[in-house]
Amino acid sequence: MTLVKHLGAAVVAGLVLLLLSYKLGSYRDYQLAEVAAYVVAVGGLTVLIGVSGQLSIGQGAFMAIGGYAGALLMIHLAWPLELVLLASAVISAAAGAVVGVAAARLRGPYLAGATLLLAVALPSIADRYQGVFGGDQGLNVTVNVPGFLGTSFQLTQWLAWVCCAAALITLVLLANLVRSGIGRAWRAVRDDEVAAALAGLNVARLQVLAFVISAACAGLGGALLAIVTANVSPGGYTLSLSIGLLTAAVLGGLGSLAGAVWGSLLLVLVPSFLTDFANSHGLSGAASSSVPIAAYGLVLIVVMLAFPAGIQGGLRRLLGLAAPAGPAQLPGLPSLPRLSSLRRNAPARDTKEKGTTS
Amino acid sequence: MNTERRVSGARRLALAPVAGLAAVAMLVAACGSNASSGKSGSGSGGSGGSGALTASAPGITSTTITIGSHQPLTGIAAPGYDEIAPASNAYFQYLNAHGGIYGRKIDYKYLNDQYNPSLTASVVRQLVLKDNVYAIFDGLGTPTHLAVAPFLNSEKVPDVFVASGCECWNDPAKLPETFGWQLDYVREGKILGQYVKDHFKGKKIGFFYQDDEFGQDGVKGLDDEIPAKQIVAKEAYDPTNTTIGPLVAKLKAAGAQVVVSFSVPAFTALLKLNALGLSFNPQLVVSDVGSDPITLAGLLQAFAAKAHHKVDGNLLTQGIITDGYLPSLGSASNSWIQLFTKIHNQYIPKLPMDGNVEFGMAVAYTFAEAMFKAGRNPTRQDLISAISGGLSQGVSVAPYAYSASDHNGITGAYMAMISGGKLVPTGPVLVTDTSPTGAITPFTTTPPAAPSTGIPPH
Repeated sequence: MTLVKHLGAAVVAGLVLLLLSYKLGSYRDYQLAEVAAYVVAVGGLTVLIGVSGQLSIGQGAFMAIGGYAGALLMIHLAWPLELVLLASAVISAAAGAVVGVAAARLRGPYLAGATLLLAVALPSIADRYQGVFGGDQGLNVTVNVPGFLGTSFQLTQWLAWVCCAAALITLVLLANLVRSGIGRAWRAVRDDEVAAALAGLNVARLQVLAFVISAACAGLGGALLAIVTANVSPGGYTLSLSIGLLTAAVLGGLGSLAGAVWGSLLLVLVPSFLTDFANSHGLSGAASSSVPIAAYGLVLIVVMLAFPAGIQGGLRRLLGLAAPAGPAQLPGLPSLPRLSSLRRNAPARDTKEKGTTS
Repeated sequence: MNTERRVSGARRLALAPVAGLAAVAMLVAACGSNASSGKSGSGSGGSGGSGALTASAPGITSTTITIGSHQPLTGIAAPGYDEIAPASNAYFQYLNAHGGIYGRKIDYKYLNDQYNPSLTASVVRQLVLKDNVYAIFDGLGTPTHLAVAPFLNSEKVPDVFVASGCECWNDPAKLPETFGWQLDYVREGKILGQYVKDHFKGKKIGFFYQDDEFGQDGVKGLDDEIPAKQIVAKEAYDPTNTTIGPLVAKLKAAGAQVVVSFSVPAFTALLKLNALGLSFNPQLVVSDVGSDPITLAGLLQAFAAKAHHKVDGNLLTQGIITDGYLPSLGSASNSWIQLFTKIHNQYIPKLPMDGNVEFGMAVAYTFAEAMFKAGRNPTRQDLISAISGGLSQGVSVAPYAYSASDHNGITGAYMAMISGGKLVPTGPVLVTDTSPTGAITPFTTTPPAAPSTGIPPH
């Protein structure tokens, strides 16, 4: 039933996006493709953090894995695009499984630290093995418009189609997963691991599964971004990407897939809008490159003050005030899930570890 | 109680995520309609006759020619290089004030890519797809520009005078729209290599170079000239990693008496400081791109200050051997230097009058020359044809290589030494080709003087 509802909505959204891709200019199509690629990665991250309760600052690293996997498959094996995208997700998921096994033993800030390490260290592998990964200048990826669309069809529009389709499919899958038994089990684990374990849930396995799914999303998002920008290079997967993805998930509303869309939108459009603004107001080079960063920080602070549960949380609150809502949705304090409970959980971890593992 | 709040998350509308994506699309659409208005050609219509100025190509209106570029305005490559685009822009302002290109003003939009290829990919798409530029001009950097050259060529956007001496721009079959400008690194490597071979016979030579096509091309040229048995070490640095101590230690351990460096200015400075720290004092021979005396002296002082040392930058650059393909800034009587100094003082007096500023103005002058040659109402192809047809030697000390089958620019340079913070030429202009066996010969024709108007003759 849920599946049908989700699918129906996806088809409607897909049609709207299809029409829009014709209305938009090339550059907006390009940005639409970028947003969609980020939606995939942020969607996975928001499920990981908001639903399964594991904080990761390493999502950018998994995007890098997906991006490089996709580029290498296209360059050396010339696989068709859909296979490349699928394979990138699978390869990244495999990496996620390895990290996930370690992650399932770590909590709160320790988990954040470990994933942070991944985000910092992984891109330098590309510099270490130049022959394979092209070093600092990275690899160029070429995607062509398929023949049946004709030669005059814009590449950016085709990329927008591919990315939006991938994003919609991912969102439908994630939405169903979150509402399935697995999603409920994740939430149980997130809220109280001891209770979840006592209820017969395999906590470690559930956590690894969340990591794998999140990594698969990141890998797919990374591969999509690689074909959109036609390039993968270490500079594209720095720590600031990982932080940016985390920011997008938090700004949008942790655990909310619609929030992932809002967050990705901010991630792409705000810096581009601010750079334009700075340039058109005649700011000097150095100033115009710092203004967007400063203003982005400001947007972040304002959104967090105004909507502590993210944009989607804020919208829900506004709508909830208008329409009759369940008691849980009404309170002024929305679900600001992890941050508070991280603080609570972290120090007490030692005792819990014994309770949950085995 | 926490639990209850979280459970509420599951009750949200199932449609929310998908509806969200659709909403995004609408928002993007709304932005799109704002941004694209008024951007596309608003020419006065009419035919392309010799009289009226028309919107003859994307980015060209009856009054303006909009061009774009990607430049490192912040980040590791910014010191020095961040002056290049403002200097080009100063020349364009001068040109605009003196009649422009057949009456059209040049509007130069340069965006910051931080010398990061993935940012280059996005800013160049913005310039081409959104700002609708006529051409990409002087895009800076080898790794950065490699990320966008295929895109520019598939979009048929002229990609002229890349600010990088990589031989990769000379590929008319695959990259018909792309042209280099500055002396390519293979030629430069050969000229530097010959000097090293002739002046440091029997000495142990070490290479220090950027680990991408910039450094590798330079090494290719050096290897063509320097006997392999003299080369004791080849150490490559990664431009994102400023910890080069181990590399310098290896050069020292190998006993290098001469170190030839293909590096950006920041890494030339780091090389010098790391060597000092190891009491390692080889003769430095540095590529033109990494040897501007004023930039280097400033960087040396800034880096040393970070470690709480005070150094005299000019003392440290003293004796560095390099080459130059533009007139030496020290020759105050040179008409080009006089022209550029005048423009500098008028438009960008706050920037130092250094090699980067000279570079920016010289390449802008060359662009103006090509635009005049492309005609009154040029298409994009007209610019490509104009350059492929060859450009006359202007500001550079050696002729251009441009032809239908050669997209390299300047073909030669003079050897020079840094002395007292200035570049002092030490030999004649030498020209060569990019083949391993091609001879290196003196070029004796007197270079043309700058036009008195400062505008390319047309």
